[in-house]
Amino acid sequence: MRVPVDWLGEYVTLPEGVTGEQIAADLVSVGLEEEGLHTSGVGGPLVVGRVLEMTPEEQKNGKTINWCQVDVGDANGSGEPQGIVCGAHNFAVGDLVAVILPGGSLPTPQGPLTISARKTYGHVSAGMICSVRELGIGEDHDGILVLPRLLPAEVVARLAPGDDLIGVLGLDRETVEVNVTPDRGYCFSIRGIAREYSHATGAAYTDPASLPVDRGEGEGYAVRLADEAPLEGVPGCDRYLARVVRGIDLTRTTPEWMARRLTEAGMRPIGLAVDVTNYVMLALGQPLHAFDLATLTGPVVVRRARPGERLTTLDDVDRALDPEDLLITDGGERVLALAGVMGGEDGEVIPGVTTDVLLESAHFDARSVGRTSRRHRLSSEAAKRFERGVDPDVTAAAAQLAVDLLVEHGGGSADPAVTDADQRPERPVVDLDLTLAGRYVGVDYDLQRVLEILRLIGCEVQGEAADRVVTVRPPSWRPDLTDAPGLVEEVARIDGYDKIPSVVPRAVGGRGLTHGQRARRAVATALAGQGLHEVLTYPFVGAERFDELGLDEDDPHRDAVRLANPLSDEAPLLRTALLQTLPEALRRNVSRGSRDVALFEIDSVTLPAGEALAPVPGVGEQPDEEVLAQIRSAVPAQPWHVAVMAAGQADRSGWWGRGRPVDVVDVVGWAHAVADALGVEVRREQSERASFHPGRCVDLTLADGTLVGWAGELHPTVVHRLGLPPRTSAAELELDVLVTASDHRTQASPLSTHPPATSDVALEVPRGVRFSAVEESLRAGAGELLESLELFDVYAGDQVAQDRHSLAFRMHFRAPDRTLTTQEVNAARDAAVDRAAQDHGAVQR
Amino acid sequence: MSDANSHPSPAGRPADTDEGGSPHEGSGSASAGSALSQESVEAHVGQALEAIARARDLDGLKEARLAHAGDRSPLALANRAIGGLPGQEKAAAGKLVGQARGRVSQALARRQQELEAERDERILVEEAMDLTVAPGRRPLGRRHVLTVTAERMADAMVGMGWEIAEGPQVEAEWFNFDALNFDKDHPARQMQDTFFVEPAKAGLVLRTHTSPVQARSLLERGVPLYVAVPGKTFRTDELDATHTPVFHQLEGLAIDEGLTMAHLKGTLDRLAEAMFGAGIVSRLRPAYFPFTEPSAEMDFRCFVCRGEPTAPPCRTCGGTGWIEWGGCGMVHHNVLRACGVDPERYQGFAFGMGVERTAMFRHGIADMRELIEGDVRFNAQFGMEI
Repeated sequence: MRVPVDWLGEYVTLPEGVTGEQIAADLVSVGLEEEGLHTSGVGGPLVVGRVLEMTPEEQKNGKTINWCQVDVGDANGSGEPQGIVCGAHNFAVGDLVAVILPGGSLPTPQGPLTISARKTYGHVSAGMICSVRELGIGEDHDGILVLPRLLPAEVVARLAPGDDLIGVLGLDRETVEVNVTPDRGYCFSIRGIAREYSHATGAAYTDPASLPVDRGEGEGYAVRLADEAPLEGVPGCDRYLARVVRGIDLTRTTPEWMARRLTEAGMRPIGLAVDVTNYVMLALGQPLHAFDLATLTGPVVVRRARPGERLTTLDDVDRALDPEDLLITDGGERVLALAGVMGGEDGEVIPGVTTDVLLESAHFDARSVGRTSRRHRLSSEAAKRFERGVDPDVTAAAAQLAVDLLVEHGGGSADPAVTDADQRPERPVVDLDLTLAGRYVGVDYDLQRVLEILRLIGCEVQGEAADRVVTVRPPSWRPDLTDAPGLVEEVARIDGYDKIPSVVPRAVGGRGLTHGQRARRAVATALAGQGLHEVLTYPFVGAERFDELGLDEDDPHRDAVRLANPLSDEAPLLRTALLQTLPEALRRNVSRGSRDVALFEIDSVTLPAGEALAPVPGVGEQPDEEVLAQIRSAVPAQPWHVAVMAAGQADRSGWWGRGRPVDVVDVVGWAHAVADALGVEVRREQSERASFHPGRCVDLTLADGTLVGWAGELHPTVVHRLGLPPRTSAAELELDVLVTASDHRTQASPLSTHPPATSDVALEVPRGVRFSAVEESLRAGAGELLESLELFDVYAGDQVAQDRHSLAFRMHFRAPDRTLTTQEVNAARDAAVDRAAQDHGAVQR
Repeated sequence: MSDANSHPSPAGRPADTDEGGSPHEGSGSASAGSALSQESVEAHVGQALEAIARARDLDGLKEARLAHAGDRSPLALANRAIGGLPGQEKAAAGKLVGQARGRVSQALARRQQELEAERDERILVEEAMDLTVAPGRRPLGRRHVLTVTAERMADAMVGMGWEIAEGPQVEAEWFNFDALNFDKDHPARQMQDTFFVEPAKAGLVLRTHTSPVQARSLLERGVPLYVAVPGKTFRTDELDATHTPVFHQLEGLAIDEGLTMAHLKGTLDRLAEAMFGAGIVSRLRPAYFPFTEPSAEMDFRCFVCRGEPTAPPCRTCGGTGWIEWGGCGMVHHNVLRACGVDPERYQGFAFGMGVERTAMFRHGIADMRELIEGDVRFNAQFGMEI
């Protein structure tokens, strides 16, 4: 809402010399946030000048400039004429003009332009003779502002060279723009802002709506409120006031002061009838509508739309109406307007044609207007106000002000009769325990002060401080005040939020982070410690990504939750795995020159819950257990995952030596690091997974076989389709599975301090046998003395049969209670080898 | 560059010598008498000591050892010749030769030690590496600034005795709106702000704030309740320098007997200090939200100018001395009722602020996109604890 300061000053007493900035700060304290401060942008000295001499000088570029001597009185400090170069020619010696002197500034689209004396066309030009355009007070391109052509003669008569023009031209005017929250519809008016300013500063407020209102005599124009389908039980219109003004000349121009205020408030002057209704709306917050009386054939009937009805609104859009739309109709048939939103072409007031006007000042239901406005994507100044609540008691005053202005500036006369179809319900009251304010806000308010504030904001209060509990009827312009905390907010707001002390509450005492929360941090820190970088990618994907990843038609990962209104039609789905959205981040890094990049992400993924719908039972009441259970179960499962994706070098090249490319073993290692970070033992099983190299993918499982996830090198085709670097490797784990598996207290085993014994074996095995299977057999065969073993070499070649290879294992033995003898170690080793031979046909070399 | 085989030998390693050969092996005795004269033994010792002193390195010393203390060295031969002497001469000759051999072997050991020390010193000099160039064989990765910021905020709340709650990103419409007193005509429920799940009647949205976890926590944990909720949230904004459709919030909710707006302010002051430094307080301004009443916008004191006027005006806060942080207020009775809490007995407050905004101000991040794009260079500017 834009608030011209001088308009505000008409309804509330402003301190002498108050700035727009100060007004904005005062309004912030009562909850009207500053959105901007609009000024002319012209900074003085801007003074009256009289042209003493002007010498035309032709320039090389063919242009003729005038070298002028201008009397600016003592404004330049010397009293000597000011030498100024001017390119325009629409003025003459002796004219009074506006001169901006060095040090002054003018608004430009690029920001303020500071004027200085500068050398141009062979002269030192000390200032500028201004045009209306340069001063921002008109669009006139035709050169210099000659003061008598703009200002009234009596004003010009008082002007002398050197006089300040900033005030005379209204360039000191300021407009404060504030943001109005949805609960304060009344602040979409100067009336409401003035009242708030008064609350903020204590300045004297004069209600512009308290003007003498004609009560009317005789029967007015017939109006029928006929809403047969109120929304949520509230009639669409509970007051419709109609006034008739006859014989007005709508071709007359809007008075200058009104046009200027409209412009400053952000509306364009259009014509007298519209300007007057807009002016009254800005002043009092009551949207008005004017109909051409001559076009009406029957009574004004306010009703809901019928199926199939249409209306072409004033924005020239033909609209199919919805049975919930509230309409203004001529005699119940011809549709004239979407009530409170926008008029139609029928009944429109046309300057030069219309002479008699029917003025509508009505109160429409906020919900009804809001729905119609959103349904038709039709926002208007009227709808904006009705949607947030218009004062139902200002209807008559607003109509009166509009009638008065039309008569004054358009001629004509008002009919004595006034129609006021008034079905306003009684305003509800709120019982308030006055001590609640202190108990809720934490300020020790005097109860008398609480009462005083309630009355200040316009509440009628039954009872006194001694009663403690009083009955409060909020003012007509505050439909948002419906309960005790709402009234408490007013007390806190008017008394000042800055009075609220700071007290740290003593919480009941928490148990710290949960295991899952700590586990996620541990995993992230472990991966970052391994050289991976955390990213947070958007969860939106398209089905095309599933194709790129090579998912089968029936792959469960394709079953994704779909958004009804995605940001992009290419990505309407929510990811079912983190790997689906990591490629962009990897590609972006590579394209920006970070070729060696290992990324990880930890987030939840979304798995559809099925066809169940979540009930939406409404506000202010706890749904029963069954409904709550339905709501909860319709929400998709969203398990936490962790994924990694890497390309480039794992070990970098440098002066220390050659690097090593990242490979699938790194990625499997990182997947293991995730499990290790949580102390969970996982097993590996060679697998084939969509998106992965068929021979380079491993599943990770818990000891009981529960799948944790997988790691591998991406399939070359997938790598190619996604534009990833060659050999990009990746892993995706279900973090929740690991977190659950780790949620127990690990018990420590004592460490043996006896020396270890090491024994190496080389086993020839058929190539199809998995390393992990051989390892398992060795473990089983070696028994308890085996502490650890590792595969340290794999050999295939001339020395072994073609379908076999040789695996070299190093086995570490240790006993808890003694130093092992060579015989013991050899026996254990032989048992291990025997077991491998038995299980896999392994032959020791 | 040195290779792995030329490590300095540890002090005290047995010397690599040929000492200890059996006295009875080798060639027989010769002119024992002359060889065993005091003069000749003395001469052998003199030659040996000179050769030992001449040895410039361990190889040279090895040669000297072989020549003067080896099996065929003159002193060894002299020693062997003692056996052929008449009995009464044996003792004196034995003493003479034994002492001579002792002097030589002492000299050898001393020189061995000297040369080993010289060698060790030389190798250390040769092995010197210039380590002034930054290492980078395996650079450390990083946590994301936003997750670390959210963790820091959560930790501050835990420090006040609160617990950390979580909720789903795809959320029931009821939890996201109705439970929070947004009725079905509230403008925020329209498509221009909220991502809806298909079909529209599914009753599911991408949560537009972390506030639905207020309702979930109240229903699941009951009162009294002090929970903070960090999490990912969604609105239908296009990504630009100041907006992102996917962002993060930290929500706070405290419901107990006797909680007031003063407690809200106290909590925010403590959190502001934790995030922006000692003495940084919060400020409340009247505002409107459907799920709080009274409602407030909260600002924190600009940590750069601290509200002192500067020329030119402070760039961080634009000269206002305050920076907008989020919204807050006393929890609306309708929210408590929807969650089965008696508003006559329990009351409390809630607040929510952007993690992005907090991080951007804390670290002077000008463009939101840098937080989003996943360019590893961005987080590499920060440590793992920020």
